[in-house]
Amino acid sequence: MDFDYTASEQSFREEVRSFISENLPPKKERDKNFLANWLEKVRAKGWVGFAWPKEFGGSEGGLIEQTILREEMALAKAPPLGTSMMGLAWVGPGIMQYGTEEQKRKFIPDILDSKVTWCTGYSEPNHGSDLAAIQCKAELNGDHYLVNGQKIWTTGAPWSQWIILLTRTQFDVESKHDGITCFLVPMDAPGVEVRPIQNMAGDKHFAEIFFTDVQVPVENRLGAEGEGWNVTVSALANERSSIGEVTQMFEKLENLKELVKTTSKQGQPASEDPKVRRTIARFEMKVAAMKFNGLRYLTKQIKGEPLTSETSVNKLHRASLEIEIDDFAVQLTGQAGLQLRGGESAVDGGTWSKSALNWPNVVIGGGTPNIQRNIIAERLLGQPKD
Amino acid sequence: MNFGFTEEQSLLRDQVERFIKEACPMPKVREIAASESRFDSELWQQIADLGWLGLTIPEAHGGLGLKWIDLTVVLEAAAEGLCPLPIASQALASAAVLTCGNDKQKTEWLPAMAAGSAICTIGLYDEANWIDAKAVTAEAHASDDGYVLKGTKPFVNDAAAADYLLLAVNAPNGLALAAVAKDNVKITHQPTMDTTKPMASVDLEGVKIGADYLLPMSEDQLAFLTDCGAVATTAEMVGAGAAILQMTSNYAKERIQFGKPIGQYQGVKHRLADMYVDLESYRSLSYYAAWSVDDDIDGLAKAVSLAKGYASDAFAQIGIDGVGLHGAIGFTAEYDAQLYLKRSKWARPMYGDSDYHMDRIATLGGL
Ligand SMILES: Cc1cc2nc3c(=O)[nH]c(=O)nc-3n(C[C@H](O)[C@H](O)[C@H](O)COP(=O)(O)OP(=O)(O)OC[C@H]3O[C@@H](n4cnc5c(N)ncnc54)[C@H](O)[C@@H]3O)c2cc1C
Repeated sequence: MDFDYTASEQSFREEVRSFISENLPPKKERDKNFLANWLEKVRAKGWVGFAWPKEFGGSEGGLIEQTILREEMALAKAPPLGTSMMGLAWVGPGIMQYGTEEQKRKFIPDILDSKVTWCTGYSEPNHGSDLAAIQCKAELNGDHYLVNGQKIWTTGAPWSQWIILLTRTQFDVESKHDGITCFLVPMDAPGVEVRPIQNMAGDKHFAEIFFTDVQVPVENRLGAEGEGWNVTVSALANERSSIGEVTQMFEKLENLKELVKTTSKQGQPASEDPKVRRTIARFEMKVAAMKFNGLRYLTKQIKGEPLTSETSVNKLHRASLEIEIDDFAVQLTGQAGLQLRGGESAVDGGTWSKSALNWPNVVIGGGTPNIQRNIIAERLLGQPKD
Repeated sequence: MNFGFTEEQSLLRDQVERFIKEACPMPKVREIAASESRFDSELWQQIADLGWLGLTIPEAHGGLGLKWIDLTVVLEAAAEGLCPLPIASQALASAAVLTCGNDKQKTEWLPAMAAGSAICTIGLYDEANWIDAKAVTAEAHASDDGYVLKGTKPFVNDAAAADYLLLAVNAPNGLALAAVAKDNVKITHQPTMDTTKPMASVDLEGVKIGADYLLPMSEDQLAFLTDCGAVATTAEMVGAGAAILQMTSNYAKERIQFGKPIGQYQGVKHRLADMYVDLESYRSLSYYAAWSVDDDIDGLAKAVSLAKGYASDAFAQIGIDGVGLHGAIGFTAEYDAQLYLKRSKWARPMYGDSDYHMDRIATLGGL
């Protein structure tokens, strides 16, 4: 048990800090070329896919350095290191774990170079939490599979170029977890139709997707036929781990503290109200718990053990914090808190009112809290299945 | 950076768990708690021989020269079985001597503490649920050859078992710890909910101590010892919380109602999952706080408040759910779940309840 950083870890932190101070202008000074430049520079640094094998364009960096990198980027409120969040967080790792050499060579560099954005096609209209029951059908037909069926709630589908798609190749199975097969499919393939769905925050970030006789070459199958569930289980652990990644909470907590310092409640500074102070302290305790839980899991990963069900712990923390923090900020600021982006009285430019309507992203996305609790109770505590 | 336990620490944990199972199982815990002394000198000698009482005492003073994180291993594992021996009190008394004592006091006292031949405890505050130098009201007045004490120290953990008590007082030159021998003071047992954590008041009125028995203590040192107390308490909350979760989880797999194990009902299994999330979360925070005692003194106050602030309410809920999920059997005196619930009641205010720690988090966090 040692939370000290070694000299080389410390100097890596310095390196990240000085890179940031040289290359990250304050938000107001960032022009329209900024993001493209930024992505190129962090890529040149080898910081995208930091811990991925060198063979595929990663840096084979250590997991602790990766944590340092994330922390420093979050503290500096830096933009992401790549445009394909899903590509970096679980599609890329999935391809590296289960893919063929050819697939790795074909897909990994584009993820690292922010050339391709991926989306994730698991959920179907009738199969959400009960994911293993999916029905989207794939049939082998010579050198390709023929895919027919529907996906829904696919985040990023309206702008992604590729999808990791979960299908059923076998229907007469004893266990629903058998007969599932995973594919890597271009979104512009003939027969793929995307219909965006507007959410309660007003955005069209997710969509339903219809697949009609879509031909997917056999070489685009990820993992063996019928083995798709394993691919999904490890991808879901990575997804939950990325949802539970604590660095995403740093900026929000800091902004919240600023907000209570500048807000008055019944004519008094809100930051002097004992209940407000304790509420924020409680958020801070949970964020700290996410951080140190994460470090304990990191130790496990360093020993070479993959993360599995424990990722549900921080996923649950993130889910409840996501709802509570925004809700608290909106309520604290009363009528002003209701004002939307663009409104002249909007608090902090309407960021709180916006995110207060966006919690389903991390609460329902990646599996609902009930499902996370089932996972913890059944897989970590050995309780009988529902 | 390595957030796992070393091989030595894992061996130490195994040793404590084995000892608890073999030498101090629950019937023994109940027997000790019901006895007049609420103490067992034979077991005490055994754990002293195993070295557990000198873990954080430097080798030069007869200890093992290890760190609080090692002590945490022992406190946590011993608390799984609600071991009633005053291991935490002994460790806090050692910390008090190391922090406030002079070389002579350290040289004379610490070896006996490491060896277990001097059983010691500390008593800091005289007001319930108030952590502040102002809550120290007992006094020490200068007399010809030392000091005369005045006042009563209530709520002193393990006071009746102790040979020596280190008690916070206001002395002529400021705060201090008065070291008193048990024979010189009147100790009155204070029955509380948790019989495995005996508590007593210590009447100091008119007690005389020699000049060598007063250890000057700054407010920072008082705060440091309070933080150490919170670290020790939280470590025990991790062990006790894990034990009642395990007990409840096992019961849920076996108890059949409506033809199924009750653990199959989400009303039960989701409570278990929530207990797990909270336990693992304050466990992580507790390890970080324990590490901070030796390795990040500047960050200690915050680390302690994050851990104890989280654990206080979380363990209280775990205790309640642990009993409640058992049904009526959990309410019986014979069943052990209730002992853990009582431990959670004891631990909640000890060295600061959640309100105290959350207020401190807010202040330290810039509010
Ligand atoms: C913003 C957002 C983004 C998403 N992005 C994607 C994406 O990119 N790709 C993708 O494939 N999917 C995505 N999803 C879908 C998401 O994974 C599912 O919505 C989720 O798994 C729940 O499925 P469902 O909506 O069908 O609800 P249902 O499964 O029908 O659940 C409805 C309610 O019943 C409860 N419930 C269901 N089963 C149980 C059970 N066994 N025990 C207790 N309670 C239960 C649930 O907790 C929930 O409250 C996204 C969802 C959201 C909201």
